[in-house]
Amino acid sequence: MDEEYDVIVLGTGLTECVLSGLLSVEGKKVLHIDRQDYYGGESASLNLQQLYEKFKPGKEVDASLGRSRDYCVDLIPKFLMANGELTNILVHTNVTRYVEFKQIDGSFVFRYGKPSKVPATEYEAVTSSLIGLFEKRRLKNFLQWVANYKEDDVATHKGLKLDIDTTDAVYNKFGLEEGTKNFIGHAMALYDNDEYLQQPAREAVERVVLYCQSVARYGKSPYLYPLYGLGELPQGFSRLSAIYGGTFMLSTKVEQVLYDEAGVFQGVKLSLDGEEHVVKAPQVIADPTYFPEKVSSSEKVIRTISIVDQLPLKNGETSAQIILTGKETGRKNDIYIALIGSEHKVAPQGKNIAIVSSIIEGDKPPHIQLESAFKLLGIKAFDRTFMGLSDLFAPIEDGSKDNVYISKSYDATSHFESVTEDVKDIYFRVTGKPLKLTKLEEGEFNAQA
Amino acid sequence: MSATQQEPRFAQFKLVLLGESAVGKSSIVHRFVKDSFDDFRESTIGAAFLTQTIQLDENTTIKFEIWDTAGQERYKSLAPMYYRNANAAVVVYDITQEASLERAKSWIKELQRQANQDLVIALAGNKLDLESERKVAKEAAQAYATEEGLLFFEVSAKTGQGVKEIFQSIAEKLPLESQIKSKSQPKSVNLQRPSTNNQSSCCS
Repeated sequence: MDEEYDVIVLGTGLTECVLSGLLSVEGKKVLHIDRQDYYGGESASLNLQQLYEKFKPGKEVDASLGRSRDYCVDLIPKFLMANGELTNILVHTNVTRYVEFKQIDGSFVFRYGKPSKVPATEYEAVTSSLIGLFEKRRLKNFLQWVANYKEDDVATHKGLKLDIDTTDAVYNKFGLEEGTKNFIGHAMALYDNDEYLQQPAREAVERVVLYCQSVARYGKSPYLYPLYGLGELPQGFSRLSAIYGGTFMLSTKVEQVLYDEAGVFQGVKLSLDGEEHVVKAPQVIADPTYFPEKVSSSEKVIRTISIVDQLPLKNGETSAQIILTGKETGRKNDIYIALIGSEHKVAPQGKNIAIVSSIIEGDKPPHIQLESAFKLLGIKAFDRTFMGLSDLFAPIEDGSKDNVYISKSYDATSHFESVTEDVKDIYFRVTGKPLKLTKLEEGEFNAQA
Repeated sequence: MSATQQEPRFAQFKLVLLGESAVGKSSIVHRFVKDSFDDFRESTIGAAFLTQTIQLDENTTIKFEIWDTAGQERYKSLAPMYYRNANAAVVVYDITQEASLERAKSWIKELQRQANQDLVIALAGNKLDLESERKVAKEAAQAYATEEGLLFFEVSAKTGQGVKEIFQSIAEKLPLESQIKSKSQPKSVNLQRPSTNNQSSCCS
């Protein structure tokens, strides 16, 4: 194998694979390594066998669940916003050719003891059972203001300053009630706690716009999901990288990371078929597990995966997101439930995957913290539930000193916007320029079209 | 001829290539798609996949979407998505390299384990132009292919001998009717389609 590369990438999670693909397309010589024998790291989708091995080692797979290979269970539950940045990257890089997407049927928020559809259009707002008659008018006014807001047309601002006025102040300008604020902030802007209320309103407004535009794009819900699970995404971007010359090595252990006297990254030592190789590159991009001494963690996320026969949805939806806001459950952070099934080819006919996630609060056992979600799902016994606690790691330094660029752990949010933020941020630090997406020309050769 | 047979029929299939590095996978495809050969071919940069159509009979056209490994097989790092939903596979070995047939056999095992049940697999011994350096007996490979129920060919990407026949035989064996039928099922979302909604219509 070659000894020198432009960039070494460690770990095949989504963040690493997108960066690997983008850099290869630019002509960088990329070596991409994973210690595991499958793609995806934390963003992999596992079959039933792998799921048991990870969460219930030594336990026999429940035969009544069907064939192992019919399952593609995500470790990190997330959906794509139809108009979000990941969709944008997929379209520009043509990775859409390797991954098929279907809509998620519904976006719900738990209120008054049941899941209700999140209104995202003026029509839905005025017909929603979530809100009283007078409030409907106020919500309509708010959504109209958001839709008509133009940065360079002060008349559309209605006297509000997005970089100064807090989100709460904006809500109050429209006279919105607490309950309405709660679902705009949590079910549309997708904040998982209330800290945003006291921040300048720009980000919240942008998030509401993203939500509405995403709903408008295909209808039903703002979310898309790849057939066969999220694990297809890192694989798709790895193929992009390989097609543009990237070299991939799975099941490869990094024996040692090499630094110079100043602590700057030089390369890695790895063993290949029992032989030691030193591979050099001026920069390394890695997920947090490859540099445990260079990352820290402030929060933990609990994620539970359950295989269920029935979904708590009334109108025949086969997939959905349900948000249980902190207000409803007495917690600080929201609980997200992602529901997917055979329609998205992640489970056999008649079986569904329900993934519940939230930030851990206090010392109560995780299944108690998520009690309201299990109640909603009708889960009483946990023999078909797999629980995992994960630290949310972030790099301590930005890589400018040691040329080690470390990604963040996948957070508790229900979509990929924070992942693509991280991708763009690392891209900027690695290349020194902001990411500019240009549509790739097709390399396809068509003989007799 | 019945009336239904006279309607033009079109079906598209995904075909994947497998085999050890340097056995000539890409060369076989380039011979098939472009009818050309390059002694010093570098792996194809930037091609998602190649396509080629075959006229099966006067009413029936088959389009192959041919996926190359893009080198990901080299360190045993081929992503499973590669053979997901593949309809056909051409597993290539080099008749002058005995070990390449063993590798081909392990790919075939992997395909039988992971891929579609009705996957059509062809085993192809390449470099027939190097007959004098042959190390793999035709009979041995043929016997293995028959036992496993595979199509079998010996070919030369360099001269073109036998290459078209691989794809022709695969086309004849593919389940045409069910593919045409499955086309009419609800399709997935097309992300490449530009959004029909303009920004100002959002939220209103």
